[in-house]
Amino acid sequence: MNAQQILDKLPYSKPFLFVDELLHIDENGAKGTYTYAKELDFYKGHFKDFPVTPGVILTETMAQIGLVCLGIYLLGDHNLQAKATVALTSSTIDFLKPVFPNEKVTVTSEKVYFRFNKLSCNVKMENEAGEIVCKGNIAGMITEKSHEQ
Amino acid sequence: MPIINDLKEIITPYVDDKTALENITEDTDFLTDLKINSANLVDIVLDIEEKFGITIDDASMNKMLTVKATIAVIEEKQAENAG
Repeated sequence: MNAQQILDKLPYSKPFLFVDELLHIDENGAKGTYTYAKELDFYKGHFKDFPVTPGVILTETMAQIGLVCLGIYLLGDHNLQAKATVALTSSTIDFLKPVFPNEKVTVTSEKVYFRFNKLSCNVKMENEAGEIVCKGNIAGMITEKSHEQ
Repeated sequence: MPIINDLKEIITPYVDDKTALENITEDTDFLTDLKINSANLVDIVLDIEEKFGITIDDASMNKMLTVKATIAVIEEKQAENAG
């Protein structure tokens, strides 16, 4: 499965799609980017007159690129009618630096294990200067949802 | 040491209800009695693999919902290893 096929299978759309490019994917991990457009709605309120990307959005971005894209890849080509998705089951993230509007970030994930449909990954997010802005562990249970549901 | 004691040690980090944990028996159900979710159940099974030096397949994993069924799987896999 190539990067475009994985992006097509993502179960998200605007305003909750946080993957622009998938740069690399193999059975051990994924790497992708996202740019937080300054028009994104949450900047109006987080914070008042001082827009900073919320930690939950950074976590979601790491989950979509690092965990969900990898999960779709690991499920592979079987059952092309099904849309794979990941129910987030745990996350432990350290936030090291703020991410401001218009910043482009790169997320890299490394699989810890994929057993019994649970995928656990170590993830990190870097800014354009190559500084780590947040890192940690995210896990989810992979489910396949048919189009009929 | 009975397997149930090892099992209790493994599941302790995943259980909030310490009273339920103290009263664990062979009939205890991980999901309904101990309120362990399916994601944590995967981690418990991985911990069991490590502790007992066994490999658990998908079919066996699906059976491991109670203490009794889990002990049966552990004993079965240990017997396979010994044989």
